Amino acid sequence: MRIAVTGMTGRFGRLLAQALHRKYALVGIDRRAWTTRPVDVEMHQVDIRRQRCEDVFRGGGFDAVVHLNVMHDPRASSEEHHTFNIRGTTRVMDYCVRHRIPKLVLLSSANVYGPRPENPQFLTEDAPLMGGTRFSEIRDLIALDMCGQSFFWKHPDVETVILRPVHILGAVKNAPSNYLRLEKIPRLAGFDPMIQVVHELDVVRAIEAALLPGVRGVFNVAGCEPVPLSDLIRRTGAEIIDFPHFLAEPVLEQLWRMRLTSFPAPEVDHLRYVCMVDDAPFRERTGYVPAHDLDRTMAHLALSRLAELR
Amino acid sequence: MPDSVIDRIDRLKAELGDRPTDDFGFDPESIKPIAPALHWLYRHYFRVEATGLQGLPAGRVLFVSNHSGQIPLDGMMIGCALLFEGHPPRAVRSMVERWVPTLPFVSTFFARLGQVLGTPENCRTLLEQGHPILVFPEGVRGINKTYDKAYELQAFGHGFMRLALETRTPIVPVAVVGAEEQYPALWNARPLARALGLPAAPVTPLFPLLGPLGLLPLPVKYRIRFGEPLWFDGDPHDDEARLGDKVSVVRDAIDAMLQEGLENREHVFW
Repeated sequence: MRIAVTGMTGRFGRLLAQALHRKYALVGIDRRAWTTRPVDVEMHQVDIRRQRCEDVFRGGGFDAVVHLNVMHDPRASSEEHHTFNIRGTTRVMDYCVRHRIPKLVLLSSANVYGPRPENPQFLTEDAPLMGGTRFSEIRDLIALDMCGQSFFWKHPDVETVILRPVHILGAVKNAPSNYLRLEKIPRLAGFDPMIQVVHELDVVRAIEAALLPGVRGVFNVAGCEPVPLSDLIRRTGAEIIDFPHFLAEPVLEQLWRMRLTSFPAPEVDHLRYVCMVDDAPFRERTGYVPAHDLDRTMAHLALSRLAELR
Repeated sequence: MPDSVIDRIDRLKAELGDRPTDDFGFDPESIKPIAPALHWLYRHYFRVEATGLQGLPAGRVLFVSNHSGQIPLDGMMIGCALLFEGHPPRAVRSMVERWVPTLPFVSTFFARLGQVLGTPENCRTLLEQGHPILVFPEGVRGINKTYDKAYELQAFGHGFMRLALETRTPIVPVAVVGAEEQYPALWNARPLARALGLPAAPVTPLFPLLGPLGLLPLPVKYRIRFGEPLWFDGDPHDDEARLGDKVSVVRDAIDAMLQEGLENREHVFW
């Protein structure tokens, strides 16, 4: 099976390549170079939005595309974010149609539902995508998710799979991993929502499961059993600092403006409200079962923290 | 407080295995600090007499009760009855309002005690996991009624019946006699309630006359009767009228137990 992976040079893309390159013929597409890649991985250094990129797809003979070329840099300008993410994604969709690639896997996130006080404990795939009501930076991801959904209906000949995993933990650089890698972890006093996390390698396994012929649609992906946020922090061994919630957001906003933190202020809602998903449809459809329990996931995160310190 | 109460809580904790809480954040350990107070209220203040606890269905079950007494002590006492005297002890889950998750400390406290945000999805999940749920289909109409309407069942919502049909869950009707008299509201000061953003502002013979002392519930005797389980069949998405017929069966069962309880009681306070 020959698979094109866009955005392979990102941390998650590299992880996916290292995990899957012996099983599949992988072809990476990224505007950044990756010199230390496994020798059997073919790499094209090209911006996905460029015309030149189509050549890769034209002669590629791909059986599937895994689209990871999504920018999650809250510091990037919203315009750059938008053109890169949305235009990049629509381009990839065009290539799939024009070059008859039968499968497209998009990586969205359970954050598109948004942490909200009125959320049921477990959101299903048909829950409205309300993540953007408070946190505008996530609107891109919502737009991307919706793009994928309309593509799914317009082009039934392409098996489109949209995965919405919960907070991914590991060596990846994302808000939840960065947060739990802190030495002193701030928390909102009096709030202790239930949290779901998933090991980064389990997300790779979910993508692999999504590649199975016949699998199509939108799927939530959960990992370990849900635990209270305080339990998650306790497992990192970090010190907890409680902040009153009404102070946390304005303070964080100031810190953000002064470039003293990498956490956008509205994300504190994740420390306050529940945003968990029910992934029963994905498990039933593909047989996916996460291989890493919470202990292993947290141990993996601790290792990534050590590596970072070094 | 007898040791058996702690044993009962430990039994609930054991069901969780090595997880710190269940999926909804319920941790039976959290009951322990307040268990002495609950037990004192249950045994000595309200001297609860619970009947019909034998032969309750195991696994998922919907307890449907009348609602009264201005503050939901009736729910608390039903929960205590199932925990202190149930065979086996059970932690009944009840539903909280949508603004509760926005409150610091309160949200966590309620979640640890097994209270869950009241959405149909959450009820369905709990039932599918085999938990017992307590619902008051009268809602605020029941709990905030004035004393002239004591023991008159108000209109029932239909949501619980839809859930029972969808998840094929038995319904156990529950009648609470006594709670109506804990705060006999003479008048509901609606404009004041609206101004304060409260569901009701009851004026009782002792409140606000006696000041904070008037806030204490009267030491009435609670009689809680658990009825025979009822099973229903049918389409959960049936029209309201057809659902209403089924709801009436439950309402009538509760009403009959209420009237019987009222006839048999000799005094409000003992």
